[in-house]
Amino acid sequence: MVYSLVFGGLIALFFIAGVTESQVMGFSGLSRLLLMYIQITIVILPIFILITTVRSISGDRDNHILEYMLSFPISLKQYYWGKIIGRFITVYLPVLFAMVIAVVYGAFKGADIPWAIFFLYTGLLFALSSAFLGIAFFISSFVKSSEVALGIAFFIWIFLLAFIDIALISLMMQQRFNEGLIIFISLANPMELFRVAAISLFDPELTVMGPVAFYILDSISQSAFVLLSIGYPLALGLIFAFLGYKIFEKKDLV
Amino acid sequence: MIKISQLTKKFGSHVSLDNVSCEFRKNESIALMGANGAGKTTLIRSILGYYHPDHGDVLINGLNPVKERTKVLREISFVPQLPPPIKLSLDELIQYVSVSANVDRELMLHYADEMKLDIKANMNKSFFKLSGGMKQKMLIAISLAKKSGIIIYDEPTANLDPKARDDFYRLLKQNEDEKVLLFVTHRLEEVKDLVNRQIYMDLGKIVSDEIV
Repeated sequence: MVYSLVFGGLIALFFIAGVTESQVMGFSGLSRLLLMYIQITIVILPIFILITTVRSISGDRDNHILEYMLSFPISLKQYYWGKIIGRFITVYLPVLFAMVIAVVYGAFKGADIPWAIFFLYTGLLFALSSAFLGIAFFISSFVKSSEVALGIAFFIWIFLLAFIDIALISLMMQQRFNEGLIIFISLANPMELFRVAAISLFDPELTVMGPVAFYILDSISQSAFVLLSIGYPLALGLIFAFLGYKIFEKKDLV
Repeated sequence: MIKISQLTKKFGSHVSLDNVSCEFRKNESIALMGANGAGKTTLIRSILGYYHPDHGDVLINGLNPVKERTKVLREISFVPQLPPPIKLSLDELIQYVSVSANVDRELMLHYADEMKLDIKANMNKSFFKLSGGMKQKMLIAISLAKKSGIIIYDEPTANLDPKARDDFYRLLKQNEDEKVLLFVTHRLEEVKDLVNRQIYMDLGKIVSDEIV
């Protein structure tokens, strides 16, 4: 509920603040609104998913829900993947609905609807939600207490959001490593990949990123890059979720 | 029905079950007793397939509860000492039990009624918002409706008033035939009339096993 209010509220706030009427760097109307929405989402969605999901198994274990619910004849596979699907619907639908509301309201106001951007963001948010949901379930499967799970979740979020960038920037400045390698490491971070992909539809040449764009677009076409930015986080989420399941299956349940 | 052979379970360096062997057969009602940390809960959780043993094994009707958990758990009803704070409504909980364990919904409502739980008025209420006694009554009703061959109760009457305890014992008496009833308890006098075997545990071992 709170989660839906945050994302719905963001969109409402943008309309109230007149974002659709402003123009910055050539982005205007609904495109600009969606760009701002996605820039904020990239920061809050991962931590929202991590903190609300990371306790799903460890929390159930802490308060003995797991002990009771698993005393019924359901397989561990059904329990684990059922929980993931349930959580996915809970975290993804509010974010998607907020965008749908923006598009519907924008259309009502007579704005041009940027369908390509809308569908790209739908895919990107789907992939990003999958990645962090997978990571959260992976943590939840091996951590014994909810407090530790929260601590790890927060560390991962801040690490991916800022620490990697700061470390890579300093390495780049010291010119210790090849720039291509640094950019590769940077883009292995699903949050960074999401950021770049979010810009790529407005700015296919990625000019706002400066010389880094050459490295990316020289090695991969723009459409392949967009596919990678959806496929990679999705695969990452599935791999982590699967590893989490294996741990859940092999460890003591309570 | 339940065969435990040389079962050892350690948590780090702490030995919770130390080479425990015992067998529970049909028509046995067992009081499992012992001080805190004696290994009672670990034994029960091993029967439910929650723990991977360090040594030895548990067989329920010849099946390993870790490897064949769904088949084994069809035969077991379990009521924990403290009802967990399940966020599902009563209706959703009944639905979960009904779908997962193929338990007749009407039978759950029947036993809830027998336990004097006003279930119809609370159907849409979250389970964790019910009082301690109401939660316990609901879990007992589910355990009886499941019609399992093995019923495990961990301090089942802790939250019940004297009237509800009487209802519980009456219903158990009606349902004990051809079953294994396993009570974890600190108060033998409460289940004395129901049990025909008493097991005492201490420091992870069975120190006394008497037929009464």
